[in-house]
Amino acid sequence: MSAAVPPTISTNPVPAAPSALKGQLGTYLGLTAVLVGMIVLFGAMSEYFLSRDTFVSIANEIPALAVMAVGMTFVLIIAGIDLSVGSVLALSAAVTAAAILQWKLSVPLAALLGLATGLVCGTVTGAVSVAWRLPSFIVSLGMLEAVRGGAYLVTDSRTQYVGDAISGLAAPWLGGISVAFVLAVVLVVVAQLVLTRTVFGRQVVGIGTNEEAMRLAGIDPRPIRIIVFALTGLLAGLAGLMQSARLEAADPNAGVGIELQVIAAVVIGGTSLMGGRGSVVNTFFGVLIIAVLEAGLAQIGASEPSKRIITGAVIVVAVIIDTLRQRRADQRGM
Amino acid sequence: MNASPATPVLTLSTIGKDYAAPVLDDVSLVLQAGEVLALTGENGAGKSTLSKIVCGLVPPTRGQMQLGGQAFRPASRRDAERQGVRMVMQELGLVNTLSVAENLLLDRLPNRAGWINRTELHALAARQLAKIGMHDIDPATKVSRLGIGQQQMVEIARNLQDDTRVLVLDEPTAMLTPRETSHLFEQIDLLKARGVAIVYVSHRLEELQRIADRVAVLRDGRLVDVRAMAGVREAELVQRMVGRAVHEHEGRARRVAGPVLLRARGLGRAQAVRDVDLELRAGEVMGLAGLVGSGRTELVRLLFGADRADRGEISLQANGQTTHQAPRGWRSPMQAIRAGIGLVTEDRKSQGLLLPQSIRTNTTLSDLGAISRAGWLQRAKERGIAQRLVALLRVRSRSIEQPVSTLSGGNQQKVVFARWLHRECKVLLLDEPTRGVDVGARADLYAELDHMTDAGKALLMVSSDLRELMAMCDRIGVMSAGRLVAIFERGEWSEQSLLAAAFSDASGRAETSSTASNPDPANPLLPSTTAKAVTP
Repeated sequence: MSAAVPPTISTNPVPAAPSALKGQLGTYLGLTAVLVGMIVLFGAMSEYFLSRDTFVSIANEIPALAVMAVGMTFVLIIAGIDLSVGSVLALSAAVTAAAILQWKLSVPLAALLGLATGLVCGTVTGAVSVAWRLPSFIVSLGMLEAVRGGAYLVTDSRTQYVGDAISGLAAPWLGGISVAFVLAVVLVVVAQLVLTRTVFGRQVVGIGTNEEAMRLAGIDPRPIRIIVFALTGLLAGLAGLMQSARLEAADPNAGVGIELQVIAAVVIGGTSLMGGRGSVVNTFFGVLIIAVLEAGLAQIGASEPSKRIITGAVIVVAVIIDTLRQRRADQRGM
Repeated sequence: MNASPATPVLTLSTIGKDYAAPVLDDVSLVLQAGEVLALTGENGAGKSTLSKIVCGLVPPTRGQMQLGGQAFRPASRRDAERQGVRMVMQELGLVNTLSVAENLLLDRLPNRAGWINRTELHALAARQLAKIGMHDIDPATKVSRLGIGQQQMVEIARNLQDDTRVLVLDEPTAMLTPRETSHLFEQIDLLKARGVAIVYVSHRLEELQRIADRVAVLRDGRLVDVRAMAGVREAELVQRMVGRAVHEHEGRARRVAGPVLLRARGLGRAQAVRDVDLELRAGEVMGLAGLVGSGRTELVRLLFGADRADRGEISLQANGQTTHQAPRGWRSPMQAIRAGIGLVTEDRKSQGLLLPQSIRTNTTLSDLGAISRAGWLQRAKERGIAQRLVALLRVRSRSIEQPVSTLSGGNQQKVVFARWLHRECKVLLLDEPTRGVDVGARADLYAELDHMTDAGKALLMVSSDLRELMAMCDRIGVMSAGRLVAIFERGEWSEQSLLAAAFSDASGRAETSSTASNPDPANPLLPSTTAKAVTP
């Protein structure tokens, strides 16, 4: 169904594409093959899988994961990591809920406050790790705990029901697809353009490749690092809004462990944990693969333990395939 | 030791080693028990290669070795060690987080079923330390808490098993204070008394006078002299190291120097760079000579703001007016670049290039503002600029999209040059710009340097290749132990005088900063320490 197919797939491989583009399309092709293979497999295993409902539900699950993965892609490209996105998601949702319920603010203003919360959290992570030259793993691990604590504080440790005031973001819109999904796809496209076509994107990739070389070329890596984490926080805040819009509530336990799903999606998309290499579009494929896998396993009635075992195996296998492909490409390059 | 004094411990016969080209050829040497043989020569003369061959790190391409009368063909470093030939390398091989005792006995920790017997460990270690007179080190101390000199001694102790017959010391005093050095020499005397044969690699001539029995001089991979150390004058050794047949490009005229563009006063950072005064003029190339570790790279990094200076000031001039001033050095490279300074780094792979990325990306990195509007890259403009610079510098490549990791060293260096043509700089600092660059590309780079000076830029070039400096430069400054000890004008230098200045320090490390000589840049002078060093 057209619903689950992102617009980018329509750029099908052109035989006479220039070599740089051919490599890019090769990646798309590989990930598309995995995706199609999974859909065919699940379709064969369950007669209900290939239904409109499955795809609409997948499409509605995706936005929060996708926008966080967009930010995480940038973080991984600068050879960092942000473990706090799940907690930031929860705190942003909590602040929005509190703004509506307790402080009686208008919904747009409350949403803005939620986004600002995410932005501040991300900025803190980035600034602390840059100022004291700490690994972002450590700083964001601390933020994961502290921000989660903040979410409990704001919600008084209970799920806050907001009602349908903010459900518009998640409501079906074009052919059952939500505003949030469209927003996520737009963000993916914009982020890919930022990464490949702007000075900022060039600097991000450069810092991940060789930070010292960038410094000696006259580019200060520090503000760029902070901005990347700040944007990731902002996007985690947006994910918080999306999630609470869907659930019409702010749950202090929202997004527990989701950072690992986000990182898995980015890594399946071929972004290197060592930095310097990555693509937002490929990350989106990673998100689709995870979402389809989850929905498919649920549809065929897999038990919770076997779901987790299979998901774990798929992540590792996907990365092995990508690593081998990359290594072959490097050898050809030499 | 088992070899009688009459038979030599180690014999090298016509040893040669080729990498791309021969780096060592026809070296024959005899080493007696209980002697210290000094191995000396210029940077790149083959000293390290020869030591590595002796201790099994690299196999020789030609020639044989004999150890105690038996054929000696070590397959690896471990193999050489088993036969009693050991080496203390310049880079310390100690595990910092473990104790002295654990480091000494790392490959044979006394244990029972895997559990380490600490009492025995410390007893064994203490005995080993005592053997070289290091009674004052507690074997339980962590290596990271020792001074660099003591670490060096531990490294030596580790290489002093009872069966050690030959010990190679590669620049052992490079990091030592004078006090630690004299302590080391006492230990070397003890080893000699025990009959260990020592190969002492160094280019600090003063030390050799103190410690060596004989000296072997390498030049361009060949052994040019072996003689008893007693009575050898330093000037003779320098002459042997350099040889006579040089002065190829001596003929060129001095470029016409314009106004001063960059001025540094009293620039320094810790012990690496001390009180350097420097002026760079438009349209000329100043060279910077000196031994590895003399502070050349460190000085260039200060001038570029890659490291922060502790003291001293830098200023840039244009038309006699000061345009940029950094009273305590640059705060960052960005500041220096904005002032119009560029740097071609010593190690282009780790500090210069984004290796997996394209020529285009690497070329335009120095000024992304020039190829963007409102933060968006103008791709056609970028391609045009990259294509023009690639053609101008004759970078050999399939396209500007080729990753720089796939280019040869010379072409990689051209890309780094291109970067500083993309962003116009007034002063370009070049640190070993032709290292690992083939002859053809080297000529292209030299031609580009001439274009740059014609365009009125001021260049500062660090090189270990004296001939290159003498061919390209209008002035050559010589660094030694962090100081700019002499500046020679074109026509006033000779390879001998440059080397003499480079070797002049040694005693300068004795920390008498108040008497630091600070030569007037306009007035070349041979440092007085040379005269003292010649007559011990």
